[in-house]
Amino acid sequence: MNETTNVTLVGVGGQGILLTADVLARTAAEAGLDVKKSEIHGMSQRGGSVSSQVRFGARVHSPIIPEGETDLLVAFDAVEAVRAFPSVRPAGRALVDRCYLVPITVSSGLQPAPEDPDGALARLYGERLLRVDSRALAAEAGNPRTANMAIAGALSRLLPFPEEAWLSALRGRLPAKLVDVNLRAFALGRAALA
Amino acid sequence: MSKLFLSGNEAIARGAYAAGCHVASAYPGTPSTEILENIAKFKGEINCEWSVNEKVALEIGIGASIAGARALVCMKHVGLNVAMDPLMTYTFEGTNGGLVVVSADDPGMHSSQNEQDNRVLQRFARAVTLEPSDSQEAFDMARAAWDLSERTGSIVFLRMTTRTSHSSSLVDVGDGARGAVEPKPYVKNPKKYVSVPANARAMRFEVEKRLEVLRQESEASPFNREEPGERTDFGFVASAAAYNYVKEAFPEFPVFKVGFSNPLPAERIRAFAAKVGALVVVEELDPVLRDAIVLAGIPVRDYATELRMMELNVDRLRALRRELLGGEGAAPAPEKPALPALPARPPTLCAGCGHRGVFYTLAKLKATVTGDIGCYTLGVAPPLSSMDTTICMGASIGAAFGMRKAGYKGRLAAVIGDSTFFHSGMTGLLDVVYNKGAITVVVLDNRITGMTGHQPNPGTGRTLLGEPTVQTSIAEVARALGVKRVHEVDVYNLAEVERVLKEELDCGEPSVVVAYGSCVIAAKKAVGAVPHAVDPAKCKSCGACFKLGCPAIVRGEETAPGRFRSKIEPAACIGCDVCAQVCPFKAISTTKE
Repeated sequence: MNETTNVTLVGVGGQGILLTADVLARTAAEAGLDVKKSEIHGMSQRGGSVSSQVRFGARVHSPIIPEGETDLLVAFDAVEAVRAFPSVRPAGRALVDRCYLVPITVSSGLQPAPEDPDGALARLYGERLLRVDSRALAAEAGNPRTANMAIAGALSRLLPFPEEAWLSALRGRLPAKLVDVNLRAFALGRAALA
Repeated sequence: MSKLFLSGNEAIARGAYAAGCHVASAYPGTPSTEILENIAKFKGEINCEWSVNEKVALEIGIGASIAGARALVCMKHVGLNVAMDPLMTYTFEGTNGGLVVVSADDPGMHSSQNEQDNRVLQRFARAVTLEPSDSQEAFDMARAAWDLSERTGSIVFLRMTTRTSHSSSLVDVGDGARGAVEPKPYVKNPKKYVSVPANARAMRFEVEKRLEVLRQESEASPFNREEPGERTDFGFVASAAAYNYVKEAFPEFPVFKVGFSNPLPAERIRAFAAKVGALVVVEELDPVLRDAIVLAGIPVRDYATELRMMELNVDRLRALRRELLGGEGAAPAPEKPALPALPARPPTLCAGCGHRGVFYTLAKLKATVTGDIGCYTLGVAPPLSSMDTTICMGASIGAAFGMRKAGYKGRLAAVIGDSTFFHSGMTGLLDVVYNKGAITVVVLDNRITGMTGHQPNPGTGRTLLGEPTVQTSIAEVARALGVKRVHEVDVYNLAEVERVLKEELDCGEPSVVVAYGSCVIAAKKAVGAVPHAVDPAKCKSCGACFKLGCPAIVRGEETAPGRFRSKIEPAACIGCDVCAQVCPFKAISTTKE
């Protein structure tokens, strides 16, 4: 793999996006690649949009992805996937969760609700769109807070890393008592995109 | 040890550990906060603290340096404004133990009130500037920084940015071991450490001598290097994050990578310039390198593309590429389908946040609110819309008093958080008392430094390492400063909040209201475990609760055009009860049996 691969992860504060990005980056490192990860902290904990970018390849320079050069978008929220469309390459794929969290601007009536985000996604991404229902998978795994690892499991189908690299990165990033349930969610996510 | 995947901030902590750093102090500030949090993992080996502000943090670093220890002081860019006073004199006195300061700039203002290039201040302070471009360099430069400081007697800065602090990359930390460095002895030497004018005049010459030594260090530094390229019609000088973007946007051109940037390695850049057609300088924010290069008599190719503001990226450098090389290499922008209108997702005060009811009440009382720096700056957003000014840490109090002096007759409240009050609100309050100012200072006291990720402060009752300590009372501080009217209110009791605020805003003398309620994130939903609910039979769609802007309160059924019943999201609500107190029809109550 000589070219740099660009993955953008988007969603809402509290969904576990930064942890997922970290597991992805460590997986790429386990696979022997150079890797850089970038994220913006700060006010995101208070309900704002969150994004992280992971780039890997033989040699990565910039930690941020040029506009329109995302090869793979991972969206934890459907509306955020629509918003991120301009960042994705014409041939880039999008793994998008079924989740849609209502922004406070909508719930408080300051702005209208988005019209049919699922339809917009299908129109924008066409055959490059892959959907996953991470909350259902996390419930099946036994802990709603493992939804992000279900997404990681689905993501693992779309990238050329051995499963063992993912599992090793995941184990290295989670407290021991949470490893089993997260491994279950990861396996369910991986099976969901089989 | 194999390579570790570290953020720039983690890498600095590890580099400090490897360099044998003994003492570390900081005031939290994005993007610098995680450096000290990672240093705290080395407790027992590095004596570390959250200081009350950046000036005190630097003074602790200076004292440790005088005593012979290797000291680290960390802050965000605006923190250095606060710490300039000790910096400008200790640079005269010169270090004993090494003194390293991390100053983390925030190009693009991801989480800051302004944008400033602190390399300007570092040059002003005759300090060394090292500019890491990734986590490996952050580690390597941190590890080398204390030797450099002790060798030259100078203060060494690591200039981080949001991007270098919060990006992660692979780092070879060697054996990862603790640097075994004993503190140097302290030797009493008033001519060096007492900066009375007679001594300072002698020091003034020493500063310039040190600068000459630093120039030689910079010329010889391995952090400055030439990288060859296939083409030589242009050559680039770049530092820090900008270097990465140059490598990606101009892969075929030679680059002079500046890591040790102040003082400038002018002779090496002159030699590089002689090998290339035109020298192009790319750096984040002010033209610091560019001006120093021009001052050294080296011609540079200036450009029209705007790169002096905000964060750089590869796209912006591709625009520069089009300017320098014409259409060469520029791809036409592909047609993109239009996006549907999307709702914004701005940050907002948490459901149950104690600040909400206070802002709601201040808006109801039509008070003019001078604000401050913290989560509560979100009080500016609609529907609360309850903040008139925000300037810098502690400025709420002086700004309110200044408005009063200007003749403003309305109700005036200065709203400030607990950590910000300790940081630099206390002096402003003393000024108000001393000069008989008729303003009300409202301290939003949640006993934690919220916005930066819940660091303890003097009101918390524990230290950085989690040890119990004195819990300073803001009310007692206010009384000790001479404030006669001091009230403490429970932020979740809106009637009490309103009664006290109304009385104090109209009292015509200095007053302080400490509005207490623990941070709901830090306390993990301590306010009430059971959510509230709206009784649709009692809800009259009046919209009063929507004025709180609580993310747990959402629109329900539309009962008339544009009128909605409210509904509470049980997963988001923590049962703080503020909306129940605002509802005129008693339609909201707890779901507790």
